[in-house]
Amino acid sequence: MTATTVGPTTTTTGNGPGPAPAAEPAPGRRRRGLPFSGWHLLLAPLALLFAIPLIWLLLSSVMSDAEINKFPPALWPSGIHLDGYRYVLGNAMFPRWFLNSLIVSVVAVASNLLFGALGGYAFARMRFGGSKILLMLMLATMAIPFQLTMIPTFLVMKRLGLIDTLGALIVPSLVTPFAVFLLRQFFLSLPRELEEAAWIDGCSRLRVLFTIVLPLSRPALSTVAVLTFLTTWNDLTWPLIAINHDTQYTLQLGLTTFQGQHHTKWSAVMAGNVITVLPVLLAFLGAQKSFIRSITSTGLKG
Amino acid sequence: MPPTPAPLTVAPTPAQHSLRRARRRESMTAWAWISPSVLIILGLSVVPVIWSLLLSFQANDLVTPSRWVGLDNYRALAADPHFSEAVRNTLVYTVLYVPLSLAGGLLLALALNRRIRLVGIYRTLIFVPFVISAAAQGVLFSFILDPEFGAANSLLSRIGVSAQGFLTDPKQALLVLVAITLWSGTGFCVVVYLAALQDVPQSLIEAARLDGAGRLHLLRHVTLPTLAPVSVFLVLWQIIQSLQVFDLVYVTTKGGPLGSTTVIVYFIWEQAFKSFTAGYGASAAYVLAVALCVAGGVMRFVSGRAARREEGAAR
Repeated sequence: MTATTVGPTTTTTGNGPGPAPAAEPAPGRRRRGLPFSGWHLLLAPLALLFAIPLIWLLLSSVMSDAEINKFPPALWPSGIHLDGYRYVLGNAMFPRWFLNSLIVSVVAVASNLLFGALGGYAFARMRFGGSKILLMLMLATMAIPFQLTMIPTFLVMKRLGLIDTLGALIVPSLVTPFAVFLLRQFFLSLPRELEEAAWIDGCSRLRVLFTIVLPLSRPALSTVAVLTFLTTWNDLTWPLIAINHDTQYTLQLGLTTFQGQHHTKWSAVMAGNVITVLPVLLAFLGAQKSFIRSITSTGLKG
Repeated sequence: MPPTPAPLTVAPTPAQHSLRRARRRESMTAWAWISPSVLIILGLSVVPVIWSLLLSFQANDLVTPSRWVGLDNYRALAADPHFSEAVRNTLVYTVLYVPLSLAGGLLLALALNRRIRLVGIYRTLIFVPFVISAAAQGVLFSFILDPEFGAANSLLSRIGVSAQGFLTDPKQALLVLVAITLWSGTGFCVVVYLAALQDVPQSLIEAARLDGAGRLHLLRHVTLPTLAPVSVFLVLWQIIQSLQVFDLVYVTTKGGPLGSTTVIVYFIWEQAFKSFTAGYGASAAYVLAVALCVAGGVMRFVSGRAARREEGAAR
């Protein structure tokens, strides 16, 4: 969680970290004495406050068992000890859980993109009986809290024989109303002339969607991908209900159980925690703009 | 949205027939394309919603066939001290978390909304906890706040404060959970407010400046009013989130100590999947759903009125 790799969050920031440019006569800067804006005195400690728990997570994951179990505990590791990582990768089932989480998330992302695009496009551009009612029904399901559906969904999955398999995690996340609706809205905002020209040239609907519409829809597709990945990777409630056997755990469920069983092996628990958090963290730092846009787009239109 | 015109050129009478055929083909394509979504979304939401309602009138242990008990579940719920405690805990959590996260988010967003060096890093650091899963947060803070081995007590002892129980202390546990969620959830409010601040019309600010408005004046009469719709959205969103809090509680306290952090969803989960009284759990879920519905309705009403008032003021 080093801060140095981070770029500007939104469009407003100019130069990132680096040597200070030669004193530019900025109109906004009128503080005497300080070589930098006074806001740093407020913002830097606040930002640090938010970062400290994550820094501590990283530090404690590389402490030795002796260091971490000292009283009072050490606040800084004496060196980089990889005992914790060795333990979770060797003795525990973290690699398996990682793979399970990856399978579930990747399938969910891919199928949300596919079914969301197909459904969203049909709702945006095709005329068929019942489309309005269906769309409204789908929208309405977004307001249904998960707690209301989780018990029957469990019973459905049990009847399908999927409980205790990754299938139970995959099936309910195959497509969300959010993906369908968001892509529909985006498709509606595209000019239809291009598609019409392609139809007249005799292109099939499917080809128009895949060769013309989807390449223009990158921002919306990335929003769907980002949010689907975030929610499936981070979910705990549903895996907790649908999975009993530890070979089928996701990382979130595995980490939680592992912590319950290894109260005293904190460095291993923290190493497992780093492994759980890292993919989302890397995805976020790598595609920060897309993340922020996804979250604000849902926020502001909600 | 206007009804979509058929993508074909206007056809004279002989082509009428083929037009109808094209329509039918379009309709069939459309159904083929939406059927996966319809099947999964409606099948796993509309059906369960009705099933849940039926369950809430039954005694069900998730294994054997269920038995019709009428309103007994709801009656039992009304009399159950554990449920009323769960409701109370959830409300306390919500009442603390929602205003604090909004106020904190607004203040941070106002501070971050300027072109200074490093501001991108500050924003990133404040937002990053939001993408961390509740499970990871719970595990991390269980360690930091561990009464014996945790860093928090170690720091406190260095400045001469006696060791605290944190998540193991019935008086503190719920407050600690609020604090953890503030750490991870405030960033969301910051990001939404920052995006809204970009939309404050620059012309309005210029005009107010020309009229001699000071900074505070500008904030109160120009910036804050334009943030009102976003604030309404955030209030609703955060209320929904906090009424549904579960993962963090499961990971850190399992509803304890002494039931001090049993929230509604934890109660539902416990009834349905631990005690195997699924009908009872379903009735509690319905109570929660109705509460969420009411919250949504009230907010919609308020925001509608606010929007109308704003429109009136603009005119």
